[in-house]
Amino acid sequence: MADAEARRGSTGPDASGRVLDADDIARVTRRITHEILERSHGPSNVVLMGIQTRGVPLAQRIAGSIQDIEGVEVPLGSLDITMYRDDLRLRGARPLEVTDVPALGVDDRIVVLIDDVLFSGRTIRAALDALSDIGRPRAVQLAVLVDRGHRELPIRADYVGKNIPTSREQAVRVRLTEVDGVDEVAVEG
Amino acid sequence: MRHLLSAADLTRDEALLILDTAGELGKVTDRAVKKLPTLRGRTVVNLFFEDSTRTRISFEAAAKRLSADLITFSAKGSSVSKGESLKDTALTLEAMGADAVVVRHEASGAPHRLAHSGWIDCAVINAGDGTHEHPTQALLDAFTLRHHLSGGEGALDGRRVVIVGDVLHSRVARSNVLLLHALGASVTLVAPPTLMPVGVQTWPCEVSYDLDDALPGASAVMMLRVQRERMNAAYFPSTHEYSRRYGLDTRRASLLADDGIVLHPGPMNRGMEITADVADGQRSVIVEQVTNGVNVRMAVLYLILGARAEADLTEASQ
Repeated sequence: MADAEARRGSTGPDASGRVLDADDIARVTRRITHEILERSHGPSNVVLMGIQTRGVPLAQRIAGSIQDIEGVEVPLGSLDITMYRDDLRLRGARPLEVTDVPALGVDDRIVVLIDDVLFSGRTIRAALDALSDIGRPRAVQLAVLVDRGHRELPIRADYVGKNIPTSREQAVRVRLTEVDGVDEVAVEG
Repeated sequence: MRHLLSAADLTRDEALLILDTAGELGKVTDRAVKKLPTLRGRTVVNLFFEDSTRTRISFEAAAKRLSADLITFSAKGSSVSKGESLKDTALTLEAMGADAVVVRHEASGAPHRLAHSGWIDCAVINAGDGTHEHPTQALLDAFTLRHHLSGGEGALDGRRVVIVGDVLHSRVARSNVLLLHALGASVTLVAPPTLMPVGVQTWPCEVSYDLDDALPGASAVMMLRVQRERMNAAYFPSTHEYSRRYGLDTRRASLLADDGIVLHPGPMNRGMEITADVADGQRSVIVEQVTNGVNVRMAVLYLILGARAEADLTEASQ
């Protein structure tokens, strides 16, 4: 992943804290698509699962990209991990979002979990728990748009859009057109 | 929401949140592993002072699907039959570390007393108290109505629901009137004058004594059970006369709107308030109500225990 990062000509945040603009996000998504296809030897066994909320549009974009490159429609689902979080005691109940499992299920497939930001790793831990209740994939991989470090669990991503070194106090804001009306990634604080 | 004691406690938004959450949780039922880890380590006590089958097992299934530890406590075979008071029972539960108590009691207001007496600190969920309220039943009825009438989304604005039968003794009717009103539906209560509660004209609904007059064009009709165990006076001349004037048969069911549905909170007296044809017919959603009951109760347990966790944290940080 470090090579890919260097090829992209990594740049620091500009004055507004923006680290990726719409074109950057489009390029990164395309690269991740190619990496997924390379690693899985084609799209035939791949199932994409976007983690709510912003992992879902990212998954849709990657699915669209695979359609462009290979002419194949891969199964696409969404995962809401609210009920699997370990912090109900700390954050309380919140409204649930849609969990949508592809019709053929995930058994014996290569499931690529897709999320916007990888931080503590707790969301991914919860997603893995949720996934194991849905079925038994042959392999699970993780693709994220941004890896900002500070892991609290032994979890890493297989495909990373951009590594952004941050301090714990900073916030990484990912905005996507489908949810926020604009495509950008910014570091705040 | 710290407790769920009355349907009147729910705002339109809170009610919709419960219904939306129930809709998502319902999908767990279709999965290979019908269990979520959300309430692991929480204790839910089912405290039933009055007989109940479906409400009790529905709450049991809901608590278990959310991985809560469940203690069932029914009056028969417990110290209550030896004369233990509600207070002493409550103190026992508190000492056992219950996080939520689901209570069914023959006295109206018992859950309210439990929640506000200071005896216990845990969440209280009313599973039916006397002739007062049964809020989770109203929620599952609203969920079923919404599923059939508006595709499982939004509220019930502009829909008309007819509730027929023993309104006087019915906690289901009261909770439904309050909740359906909050969700924008208009409700017509139909019963013989002897089975209408005093002060019904202050409820947010219409009142009628003529079923044939109320049914045409309604989106749904909810039949109430004639509660013979609560009747210690002659409220109507004969069973036959009751079912002729207030029973739902095939002809009456056909007066409903084209997409109209038939509900019954159960248990049914077939042949009395509803004929077997209608109970098992196309429009009947009575079995579905039971399934939806589990989903709605999962949503209530999750939202109440989650909200309490949040409130405790806010308190601690102040």
